[in-house]
Amino acid sequence: MTHATATANLMHPPAPAEPGSGVYSNKLGMWIFLASDVMFFTALIGSYIILRFGAPGEWARPNAVLNVPLTAFNTFLLICSSVSMVKAYAAIVDGKKYFLRAVPGKMLRDGGLKFWMLVTIICGAAFVGVQVIEYIKLVTEGFTPTGYREGSLLAEHALGDPVKFGATVGGLYGSSFFTMTGFHGFHVTCGVVSMLYLYFTKVLPEKYSPQDYRGIEVIGLYWHFVDLVWIILFTIVYLV
Amino acid sequence: MTDHVRPNYVLIWLYLFLLTVAEVALAFELPISRNMKLLLLLVLAIWKALLVAMYFMHLKFERWRLRAIFMVPIPLAIILVLAVITEKIW
Repeated sequence: MTHATATANLMHPPAPAEPGSGVYSNKLGMWIFLASDVMFFTALIGSYIILRFGAPGEWARPNAVLNVPLTAFNTFLLICSSVSMVKAYAAIVDGKKYFLRAVPGKMLRDGGLKFWMLVTIICGAAFVGVQVIEYIKLVTEGFTPTGYREGSLLAEHALGDPVKFGATVGGLYGSSFFTMTGFHGFHVTCGVVSMLYLYFTKVLPEKYSPQDYRGIEVIGLYWHFVDLVWIILFTIVYLV
Repeated sequence: MTDHVRPNYVLIWLYLFLLTVAEVALAFELPISRNMKLLLLLVLAIWKALLVAMYFMHLKFERWRLRAIFMVPIPLAIILVLAVITEKIW
């Protein structure tokens, strides 16, 4: 690696650090918010574990009620959006404000901040869309926050195989499932709305520069955190 | 954040993708005991979460005092869950 590339690959902070905390205040604020969000989600996940551990009957098998392949695809979407977010971040560090630009000698065009932010927004919006479809399907089949709706398809299945469908604890399962995934979906929606706002007010007018890209770093932290929470939720709710 | 060489983000994406595939395969295809599955799934999930936190959120390159903000709530939550579960057992 030549000296020039090594320098270009170096990351540097976008704004002078505040004394004491060692980071600029917007970022410290986001980290403190994320710490409170860690407590929020660990409380939700913790109560799910406690409810499931202490449930009076057998808990439903995850793939009996939920559509795991669809959610696995959704997980993939969110991971992709996390990577595109970090690519957007790397792009503005290098001063690439453009959408796409041809690179001599390379077949693929080089993506800039505008391109990677748009990819992130589209993947995030697609995640919410798939989750809405999943919810509609679950509720139509009879899985609601209060348990299996009487007379529905899932209620009949639960009567036929009470162990596999966790017939006795359907209400606990429904309420904890919709609370956890619902709050996560709400976080993703907030992220998409914030990114859309930044896209039109800051990214498209090219207000970010390699000297100051605080907004991109801070929304990026939030976005990766939402991805991180989903990784844990997906395992605990859909696979265990 | 201190100056550092940029990690290979596409490689991390590949890791995350492969670990997700491994998780789904482990949960539904492998004929091993339930407790073993639970343990392996938790390890894989924490591994993925750490990859995101360390490389995408750049925690690996941050100062300790910033990492501490993120880590402090986690043991508290574990204590809470363990305490309530123990109460249930008693």
